[in-house]
Amino acid sequence: MRMRGADAILRSLEAEGVDVVFGIPGGAIMPTYDAMARGTTVRHVLARHEQGAGHMAEGYARASGRVGVAIATSGPGATNLVTPIADAWMDSTPLVCITGQVRSTLIGTDAFQECDITGVTMPIVKHSWLVQEARDIPHVLKEAFHVARTGRCGPVLVDVPRDVQEAELDFRYPDRVDLPGWRPPTKVHPLQIREAARVLAHAEKPVLYVGGGTLNGDACAELLELAEVGRLPVITTLMGKGAFPESHELHFGWPGMHGPKWSNLAMNTCDVLVAVGARFDDRVTGKLSAFAPGATVIHLDIDAAEISKLREADVPVVGPLGQALAELAREVARHRAEGVPAPDAWLRRIADWRDEHPLRYGPRRDFMKPQWVIQQLQELLAGEDAIVTTGVGQHQMWAMQYIRSERPRSFITSGGLGTMGYGIPAAIGAKAARPEATVVCVDGDGCFQMTAQELVTAVLEDLPIVVVLVNNGYLGMVQQWQDMFFDGRRSHVHLTHQVPDYARLAEAYGALGLTVDGEDELVPALQEALASGRTAVVDCRVDQSEQCFPMIPAGAAALDMIEYQEPADTAEVEP
Amino acid sequence: MKHTLSVLVEDKPGALARISTMFARRGFNIDSLAVGPTERPGVSCITLRVDCSQHSLEQIEKQIHKLVNVLRVTELVAGDAVERELLLLKVSATPDRRAELIATATAFGGRVVDLGPDSVVFEVTGTPEELDSFHELCRPHGIQELIRTGRIGMSRSSTKRAARRLSAIN
Repeated sequence: MRMRGADAILRSLEAEGVDVVFGIPGGAIMPTYDAMARGTTVRHVLARHEQGAGHMAEGYARASGRVGVAIATSGPGATNLVTPIADAWMDSTPLVCITGQVRSTLIGTDAFQECDITGVTMPIVKHSWLVQEARDIPHVLKEAFHVARTGRCGPVLVDVPRDVQEAELDFRYPDRVDLPGWRPPTKVHPLQIREAARVLAHAEKPVLYVGGGTLNGDACAELLELAEVGRLPVITTLMGKGAFPESHELHFGWPGMHGPKWSNLAMNTCDVLVAVGARFDDRVTGKLSAFAPGATVIHLDIDAAEISKLREADVPVVGPLGQALAELAREVARHRAEGVPAPDAWLRRIADWRDEHPLRYGPRRDFMKPQWVIQQLQELLAGEDAIVTTGVGQHQMWAMQYIRSERPRSFITSGGLGTMGYGIPAAIGAKAARPEATVVCVDGDGCFQMTAQELVTAVLEDLPIVVVLVNNGYLGMVQQWQDMFFDGRRSHVHLTHQVPDYARLAEAYGALGLTVDGEDELVPALQEALASGRTAVVDCRVDQSEQCFPMIPAGAAALDMIEYQEPADTAEVEP
Repeated sequence: MKHTLSVLVEDKPGALARISTMFARRGFNIDSLAVGPTERPGVSCITLRVDCSQHSLEQIEKQIHKLVNVLRVTELVAGDAVERELLLLKVSATPDRRAELIATATAFGGRVVDLGPDSVVFEVTGTPEELDSFHELCRPHGIQELIRTGRIGMSRSSTKRAARRLSAIN
């Protein structure tokens, strides 16, 4: 069918089954927005900042398992997408970003709102295309979606000059892609599976170290099967949180910098460590040379480049994780059936560690404790179909520790890039993907102020989210580092509890705003917000100097963690 | 240790930039780089010389292999591959020194491509090591300009399998 490039973009999105996109119009993308106005089945959510649009697309992708789509204009519109693209790159989130570009004849002339966005984003995309001819649009978009979601997921960028959007083409959406250089692995090697199963089944102290790849690979059912047939303890990373039900007897917490002591003890003293879609990030390992020194490493990943990148893998298994885990489960079950015993003593030991070293925090003084706030939220969300998103910092770590994620794709956070401001737009995207779910953003006051304008989007697009603001009046994590590692010199971290008045700000945006100063107000306020069906901000003013424990100092060995200490003066105020 | 990588890429915009960006981003240094067409239309060959450990080399290969436009990555192992490079060298040559310089170049299979009153421009093709030797021999005469193309290479026909096809894990 004869049509313009802009219409071809929308017909391509429709052919891909895209139901919602997030974006903001501007000069160079106007033909595409005009095509939207002329009719499409694709819902467009109008963000208030392109960074918000990008994180919404990420939240959508993480909640749904589908490819998120963000649209922006050239120049500043495109550069505002750089942070979400980098975020999606680090966390392997499938994302297609479509940007307008100045007319082909103006490219390279420093035209108004011109930016070489394919050049700017080159190190942080799986691939990008600068579309030169309108007739290339269908196959480029077909390839873009294919590359974003196959192999290791990640972001791609399609840059379309304005004249290409306006030029005509004969539209036909291709059935298949022609990418001879893109051949992600589709099968795991049976010999590697057999070897991995032998090592794993005979381990006395095995640990399954489960990362976000397990969620991206839709391999959670297979993971559950492997853990249960082998009776193997599961530790999920921040990105893997939700890949394994956290109430399950075989779940033993989260590893790394703010993970509980029992999890890090298990990770670091195991004899066989199975990395499942995880990448030995420094926040997980601490000092790499001291990490899990006695462990034989089995590494399962769709991305061959992760194998032995940081930690030498003794048994590498490259391929789709669902397939790898299912076959591993079958082989391990065979070993168990032949009498190779399950590591029951080891499971008891980790459980004992958990009893000996529980997560702890101090008694309330003048303000609520942030951990207690999140615990109350968890009580209210337990059993609900809820999705929790977070920003980045102390509140994120407390959310990891105290929110119980029972289902895949129910905990959405910025792990690799650590993008403050991720929480609110990601929650909006998650709500667009899963309107029936209760979506809560556990945010910090620093993070909130980076993307708070998207509350407007939540209100006007009828994508209600509840923001539980863990407001300590500080850039809390930086303050904690200053207190612990910079002799307590507080440098530019004070934000204040009161300014802005978050509840009134929320009201100004058309949302429900509630302020909680005392403990008795918290649960009623949370209940009101959750029951309101509206976008709401619950400003919880918490202890200004609470620190997040345990903590592995950056660069230290994991077992040299700093634990919570009872305060020297014990003039405790009872809750 | 130095390694030579031969990378076949689709001749698409940005293919070279993606590879060089990957090297810069992962902190790997490129010693030399040569790009040119191959026997297949639409396919170019990039020959890279890198100085790195075996572990880094495997990382580089796997990272390059993930690039969408890359069709194949091969390491050219010395002895199992032929490698060539072209050099242009302008050297000071008063008339009384010309004969000696021309004889040296001839010994290396080179030829004179330009002759001036005080200088000569030589063209020499050979292995990178031969070019190093020729360069050293000319140095005492006063080198005015030197440029090299960077090496290109291909595996020998008799040891077709010897050129180590990387991406073993794939």
